[in-house]
Amino acid sequence: MKENKETRAPESQKGHTIEKPKSSEGIGSMVSIEINGNKFSVPLGTTILEACKQNQIHIPTLCHHDDLCIAGVCRVCLVEVEGMRTLQASCAYSITHSLKIHTTSPQVRRARRHVIDLLLSEHYGECYSCVRNNNCELQSLAKEYGVDKFTFGHVSEPLFEEDNSSYSVIRDMNKCVLCKRCVRTCIDLQEVGVLESINRGHETRIGTFLDKPLADVICINCGQCINRCPTGALKANDPSDEIWQAIDDPTKHVVIQTAPSPRAAIGEEFELGPGHSLTGQMNTALRRIGFNKVFDTNFTADLTIMEEGTELIIRLYKALVEGEKQIALPQFTSCSPGWVKYIEHFYPEYLDHVSSAKSPQQMFGALIKTWYAQKEGIDPANIVSVALMPCAAKKYECNRPEMVDSGYKDVDYGLTTRELAQMIKESGIYLPEMEKTHFDDPFGDASGAGLIFGATGGVMEAALRTIIELVTGVKVENVFENMNIVPVRGFEGIRYAELPIEKVGPVPEILKPLVPNWDWLKGATLKVAIAHGTANAKKIMEDIKAGGKFSECHFIEFMACPGGCLGGGGQPIPTSQEIRAKRAEAIYNEDASLPIRKSHENKHVLDLYNDFLTDGPCGHISHKLLHTHYTPRGKYIA
Amino acid sequence: MLVMEKNSLSEEISKLVDLYGKDRSSLLPILQGIEKNHKYISDFAQQEVARLLDIHPVEVYSVVTFYSFLTHKPMGRNVVRLCQTITCDMFGKEAVAKAIERELGIKFGETTKDKKVTLEYANCLGMCDQGPAMLVNDQVYSHLTPEKAIEILEKLK
Amino acid sequence: MENKVKREGAVIFSDYTRGDAVKKAVSIGREDVLFELKESKLRGRGGAGFPTSIKWMLTAAAKSDKKYVICNADEGEPGTFKDRVLLLEYPELVFEGMVVGGYAIGAKEGIVYLRGEYEYMLKSLQDYLEEMRKDNLLGKDILGKKGFDFDIIIRLGSGAYVCGEETALIESLEGHRGEARNRPPFPVNTGLNGKPTTVNNVETFASVAHIVTKGGAWYSQHGTDKSTGSKLFSVSGDCKKPGVYELPWGTTINELLKIVEAENTKAVQVGGASGLCVPKAQFDRQLGYEDLGTGGSIMVFNESRDMLHVLKNFMEFFVEESCGQCTPCRIGNVKLLEGVEMIEKGEYTFNYINKLKELGETMRISSKCGLGQSSPNPFISILENFKEEIFNNGKGGK
Repeated sequence: MKENKETRAPESQKGHTIEKPKSSEGIGSMVSIEINGNKFSVPLGTTILEACKQNQIHIPTLCHHDDLCIAGVCRVCLVEVEGMRTLQASCAYSITHSLKIHTTSPQVRRARRHVIDLLLSEHYGECYSCVRNNNCELQSLAKEYGVDKFTFGHVSEPLFEEDNSSYSVIRDMNKCVLCKRCVRTCIDLQEVGVLESINRGHETRIGTFLDKPLADVICINCGQCINRCPTGALKANDPSDEIWQAIDDPTKHVVIQTAPSPRAAIGEEFELGPGHSLTGQMNTALRRIGFNKVFDTNFTADLTIMEEGTELIIRLYKALVEGEKQIALPQFTSCSPGWVKYIEHFYPEYLDHVSSAKSPQQMFGALIKTWYAQKEGIDPANIVSVALMPCAAKKYECNRPEMVDSGYKDVDYGLTTRELAQMIKESGIYLPEMEKTHFDDPFGDASGAGLIFGATGGVMEAALRTIIELVTGVKVENVFENMNIVPVRGFEGIRYAELPIEKVGPVPEILKPLVPNWDWLKGATLKVAIAHGTANAKKIMEDIKAGGKFSECHFIEFMACPGGCLGGGGQPIPTSQEIRAKRAEAIYNEDASLPIRKSHENKHVLDLYNDFLTDGPCGHISHKLLHTHYTPRGKYIA
Repeated sequence: MLVMEKNSLSEEISKLVDLYGKDRSSLLPILQGIEKNHKYISDFAQQEVARLLDIHPVEVYSVVTFYSFLTHKPMGRNVVRLCQTITCDMFGKEAVAKAIERELGIKFGETTKDKKVTLEYANCLGMCDQGPAMLVNDQVYSHLTPEKAIEILEKLK
Repeated sequence: MENKVKREGAVIFSDYTRGDAVKKAVSIGREDVLFELKESKLRGRGGAGFPTSIKWMLTAAAKSDKKYVICNADEGEPGTFKDRVLLLEYPELVFEGMVVGGYAIGAKEGIVYLRGEYEYMLKSLQDYLEEMRKDNLLGKDILGKKGFDFDIIIRLGSGAYVCGEETALIESLEGHRGEARNRPPFPVNTGLNGKPTTVNNVETFASVAHIVTKGGAWYSQHGTDKSTGSKLFSVSGDCKKPGVYELPWGTTINELLKIVEAENTKAVQVGGASGLCVPKAQFDRQLGYEDLGTGGSIMVFNESRDMLHVLKNFMEFFVEESCGQCTPCRIGNVKLLEGVEMIEKGEYTFNYINKLKELGETMRISSKCGLGQSSPNPFISILENFKEEIFNNGKGGK
């Protein structure tokens, strides 16, 4: 496999090469240090910042982010190390020998205050007209250091025009503090490479190739930069004004579908710690706000499993039984619009591997303005279809020109978790105190398989729960304890699993038009893989290009965002591995509590096939409404 | 840009990449080579370099905009860089600058209409014992007077 | 262009025949090369004055399949031009110093990072390297010493003062923006391409050539106790004989001014734009690490010069040349420049100027690299030492 290009990031932005000892108990692997006169013992190689954190000593930071490599550029986290002439950036200083550290000496305090004053002098914007008001790291620093005036002045006019060309991400460089977190996110974490520092000296700012608008460069709209921006310099393109207008318009029937991840994270916007699912409370709040119907995107996640799973079976059958050589395998998932745009730009020659099944959001959009409209007797022209998503890229996805299979724009607006939280607050609702209610019919409550789409590996697990049962006839809970397919779970960037198919069962009714029997799968080993974060996706793609082990996979789940959708660019800020793990826990716990946990057991989905998609999964009708095509975009920027 | 121009530029960049190697560390020599031949690094050239070195175009742009001697906007056939640092300033830089501006009919930061000369300031050229000094392309001229500077410019093609 | 040295002292410009240093090095062996270097007490000639032997011993001790010797020829400090003269007139000293370095630390690759402004000397330097290859002073099994392989390539800068900072220089060589790295780790462990690297100034390598040839003890008998050997001074500004001078460490500013025939001098900027401005009252101060350590830039200002104008020129330089990555340097220098402009226009308060001085003190200790740590020096020293002229003679008080 081609190595992850770790040389990509400037050395100055990388972590140190000092390896941490495997065990912190071995003799010599601990270092005694003194912080503010108190003695501590820390593992060799710990940074001063980590050492302080471990010992409940607060050090302010700005350019530091746990998900990103070290920069050491903002100079907010300075501390005094005895014997050194200059102050040291605690985030970048690895402890390799005994040190005496002072974190609040007069010169440290003065230096930090100066740094904050300098940043404020060039930060244009007033807190009360900023989307990050009360959740801004610069604002918090100013408060922490008691800033009550602009010592070195303050810009009174914006210097840069806001770039609102993108459906997903808006950049306002007037608020940028040049911490380069977005650069490190875009280049290192995601390996998309849209943002970098340009110019030099005081002219330095964050820019795109030739300063082009974001919509014209190879941005995949993942919004990970937004999640890591300490200020309001990066924000999502917010449609809530238009949504309010629709809600206030009595001629409009406004429906909202809600993806699994927002419900597991929205509590964070209401001062709850991460890891609380507020599904039922959110349903109530949405109705109070004025949405006419509240649907569960998990319904179309279940539908996706049926469609995408069937597509996989068709591909495998054609390749293995009918010997069609040009069948593209492995099949790639298509739910993540960031991933889809990534592969369109970076590996367009592999687009035939991507499942033609639309994402759950877009499937739902197509059904709402067709089946649902018919069923309820509503003119689809009067339906306003909103999708609550953890995602910035979903905003772009619903605006793709091909997403109009219902005869209308299938989904009108993509709304993020953060934006909904704002709407809820504006409605005077305290979300955690809402009573719990269910989703609306005719889509009803969906399965746990649809729910776990929110976590990396979730699509794969949902697909496997169905494929195992449909192919082998064995209950999945008899193979995996509590139905939890642990080998595909977790946060490892790339995961690989093999499932031997030892016996096969009868072909279920719904698939009978497609395959005569399962004998051809008997004794086969199903190979699957999972990647989250496009940097990891890149590793798999390079391996496939080189004919490595991933090229022998049958099915690969790709999610653009680290952690999967629960770590999406529309989720509450801040984000960290710990927060993402808590959200995943909330999702898996909710899955475990649901009565139905397999997509093919979702009664409403089966009803849909009986009632509307009458020629079954991957049939003619579903192809028209639920499948799509992709655009080979390439990397060249015109 | 015409297809033929693109092809020949691609070929030229490929040759530079062959000469210096495909590692990121070859980026500056490659860009310097393009700058020398074309007096700027076009957006197409930047993307070609990015493609061949397997880095992102914005990274190339980032590097180009960092260094004073690399440019992404077309320069004249000759680039004149007058030192603006203190000792050159003390010994008559201002008079030389004004004379050059008058003679060429352009200001610093501009290029003559016939694309013959681009006029820029530079920071210390390391000729402080012989100021005022200027670079014309890669040649250095010292002990400048307004008259001498104009004479040098007149010889340019 | 003239490159004649105005005064040749007893050390750098003592007798030397091409090949002397390399011959001596291979005959005495690595250990002794490092020993002589230690004996010489040579300190880095770029300005920071770090003991060269420690740098080399650390690089020699670092375990790695690859190591690098880098010659920092990104001579960009205003008022410095000695490296230009050394490279043009005495390349054998510089290159052989590098070969000796490669031998001592176990590196096979040497790189000269030559500032883009000096491209005009590229051809002659490359020709010189070719001659060295012919004489087996470069290449494989140098001077017959089995396994002693070393070669030198020249890489050009592209107009960025900050690349004179060693980690910014390394970043630039790796194809990045010239943005300084966090230290530690230091280049001696984690340098170019992550490998142990020693980065030394042009004059340091030239000094090494003599030290190895003539011995550390010979070298350290020159100069003072803490500042051994001699120093090249680049003298410019208001004097009759600007140019490069080799003088023993310990020379006072007064003595130097006499040598260069400066008259009516009111101030001497020692160490370039990032150095200190010394007023007449302090001209008895000594050049040397005991007092005024410097990379050798000496700019002389006579009574006719406007020191606020000088300061403004320096601050404009730093605003442009800061790499822009760290807050104190990127924004701090602009604030200092604005302060100078306020004084120029008479639109200042002493309260605010004092705040800026405090900011300057912060920049000295909080900037990421030497650029931002030293750029407030002229602001602080000129405003302090010339406050009479700047604030009280009517100019600043309008």
